[in-house]
Amino acid sequence: MSFTIDKVALLLGMSLMMIGLWGGFTQRNLLKIILSFGIFDTGLNILIVALGYLPGRTAPIIEGIVVTPENLVNVAIDPVPQALVLTAIVIGFGTTALMLAYALKLNQHKKSLDINEFKDLKW
Amino acid sequence: MKNSIAIVLILVFGVFLFQTFSYYQTKTELNKTASYYNTNTPDEVGAANVVTAIVVTYRGLDTLGEVTVLFLTAMIVGYILRQGGRERQKKNNTSEILITAAQVLIPGSIILGVYVFINGHLTPGGGFQGGAIIGTAISLMILANPLGTIPKAVLHFTESISGFVYILLGLAGLLFAGGFLDNRILPLGTLGDLLSAGAIPLIYSLIGLKVGTEISSIIANINETGNNTSKP
Repeated sequence: MSFTIDKVALLLGMSLMMIGLWGGFTQRNLLKIILSFGIFDTGLNILIVALGYLPGRTAPIIEGIVVTPENLVNVAIDPVPQALVLTAIVIGFGTTALMLAYALKLNQHKKSLDINEFKDLKW
Repeated sequence: MKNSIAIVLILVFGVFLFQTFSYYQTKTELNKTASYYNTNTPDEVGAANVVTAIVVTYRGLDTLGEVTVLFLTAMIVGYILRQGGRERQKKNNTSEILITAAQVLIPGSIILGVYVFINGHLTPGGGFQGGAIIGTAISLMILANPLGTIPKAVLHFTESISGFVYILLGLAGLLFAGGFLDNRILPLGTLGDLLSAGAIPLIYSLIGLKVGTEISSIIANINETGNNTSKP
C-alpha cells in the first residue's frame, strides 16, 4: 500500500478525531473538553479536504498561466469539499464561542470548571 | 474504570474509521458536480476562484444560513453573558511589549483583512477569512487594553446594515437576474479584474464586515464579563 499525500492527510485527520474524542471522554476540566471538541473539528475538516484531492492537480483558482478557464476542469481539484469546509470552520467557531460562554457562566455559578461539580441534572 | 469504557468506545470508533479508510482509493477524475463547477464557473459566474463562486453564488442560500448561524451565536453569547452583574477587573497589567506590538500590528491586520475579503473572488480567501482577520485585530486591541471599551453600537450598526444589504442584493437577484443571490445583477466584467464577477465582491465585502463585527462583539462580550465570580 503506497502512502500518497491524501492518505497521509486522511490518517492524520482520523487520528485527530480520535484524540479529540478521547479528550472529550476523559477530561474533567470544561475548557479541556471544549478544546477536545476543537481538535475533533479540525480532524474532520482535514478529512473532508483530503477527500477532494486528485494527484498532480492544483487549486481551483484561475491565474492565467497554469490554470486558464479552458483547462480548469483538467488541472484543478474538486472545489466542493473546500467550500463545505469553509462552512464547517465558521460553524465550528460559533459552537466553540457558545461553549466558552456557557463555561464562563457555569464558572460564575459554581466557581469551578470541574465537570464533576455539576450534578444538578444527574440521576 | 471510566477510562476503560472510553478506550473501548474510541477503539470501536477507530476500527470504524479504519474500515472506511481501507476502502478509500485516490480518485483520478473529478466527479460530476465538481466538473460542472470547474467547467461552467468562468462563463456563468466570472469568478477566478471557483470555491468563492460556489460559496457565494451556487450555494449562496447556504452561506446566508451560515451567516445567520453566526449572527445567532453572537446574539446568544451577548444574551447569556449580559445576565448577572458585570464587574470589570480593576487594574491593567498588560505588558509594555504587547501594547507596543499591538499599535504596530492592528492597522496592518485590519488592512490585510479588508484586502482578503475584497479580493475574495480572485485569490484564496474571502469574506469569512477576512472577517476572521479583522476579528483577530480587535481581539489584539482588547488584549492590549482590557479596560478600554469597544463601541458596541457601531459594531451592531455595521452588522445590521451589512446583513440587510446582503439580503437586499439577494432579492435584487430575484428581480433582475436568474434567482435569489444571483450575481449577474451587475456586469460580469473581465475575468481576473478586481471589479468583475458581478455582485460577488460586494456580497463578500458585506459578509466580511458582518463576520468581522460579529467575531469582535463575541470577543468583547466575553472580555467584559471578565473574571467576575462574585455573584451567583
